[in-house]
Amino acid sequence: MNQVSNFTKGFIKDNPVLVLLLGLCPTLAVTTSAINGLGMGLATAFVLTMSNLVVSLIKNLIPDKVRIPSFIVIIASFVTIVELTMQAFTPALFEALGIFIPLIVVNCIVLGRAEAFASKNNLLSAVIDGLGMGLGFAFALTLLGSIREILGSGAIFSLKFLQADGILVFILPPGAFITLGYLIAVMNRLKKA
Amino acid sequence: MAKKESSFLNMVLTLFVVTAVGALALGGVYNLTKEPIAIAKKMKVEKAIGEVLPSFDSLVENKVLPEGGKDSLTFYEAFNKGDTVGTAIRTYTDIGFSGRFWIMVGITNGSVISGTSVLEHKETPGLGDKMNKSKSNWSQQFDGKDLANFKLKVKKDGGEVDAITAATISSRAFCDAVQRGYDELKKMEGK
Repeated sequence: MNQVSNFTKGFIKDNPVLVLLLGLCPTLAVTTSAINGLGMGLATAFVLTMSNLVVSLIKNLIPDKVRIPSFIVIIASFVTIVELTMQAFTPALFEALGIFIPLIVVNCIVLGRAEAFASKNNLLSAVIDGLGMGLGFAFALTLLGSIREILGSGAIFSLKFLQADGILVFILPPGAFITLGYLIAVMNRLKKA
Repeated sequence: MAKKESSFLNMVLTLFVVTAVGALALGGVYNLTKEPIAIAKKMKVEKAIGEVLPSFDSLVENKVLPEGGKDSLTFYEAFNKGDTVGTAIRTYTDIGFSGRFWIMVGITNGSVISGTSVLEHKETPGLGDKMNKSKSNWSQQFDGKDLANFKLKVKKDGGEVDAITAATISSRAFCDAVQRGYDELKKMEGK
């Protein structure tokens, strides 16, 4: 397969959030600001790439019937590594993302890629797929977080450009649904054009 | 290489190896990050104490479980060159809008609030989180208030505290946390 399209498909064509609609729970919950979205996206991208790498390496050593539990253990190990590292070196970000870091384990996009792609493809393709999908996820989350932060707090990456309060609803959960809905609509329009 | 057969032995062995390697990796990372995590936590507490008390050079830590409370408060008595500066109290409330939150309150001269700082909370972003210093200057109204004669209640409940607009519950809870800390401090001094 062409590795370039393999990488770029995660951004537009098969974007995990905007097209596949996978992993929406962390997407909706943590994107109250651009930096939260970026942090969550990069953490997921790391886990996705590493788990794709390992799963692709050992795909022939795992009997089919215990495939899923093995993948989950691998993913959970990487998530815990990310969690501990974040707690140690970026405590502020860890606090903002809180419960959603451990929840990367059950983010369907990670297991989905391990099961649907990494376990059937060679090492290079799997890593590139993980990177592309992960960065596409990070891109969507950052975009969502930026829009919500701009409209809701009049700021971007915590830099305030409006002294007013902003439209509060965009910081609250309904704002996440509204923004995501419009983004998906825009995405569909772009894909048709 | 051919795919491994799903025989009982193969499955047990595979799962064993996968979990064992996972456990080993986690053990290693845990050992590596244990120290930085402890330091980060300590820094955070010390930074919060620095925010709520005048400058100090040593601390004495003391944990107290309040009567009927679910979790213990921590008192940090601060000294500067041997003189008592004040006490920072890590206190909490259970009546927050989204459950328990923790704040640090600095008290000098036995009853005067020298500062407050929110440690961890789950209040609504944009509303309740205005009690955080970085979000609004709401919490400044507590600074310098003498708790011996200050009614620590929101105006709706007949007190003297201006509640955050649209976040009366969070404001009420904040007062509750400060009050809890102060009450325990009084009790401790009475002993």
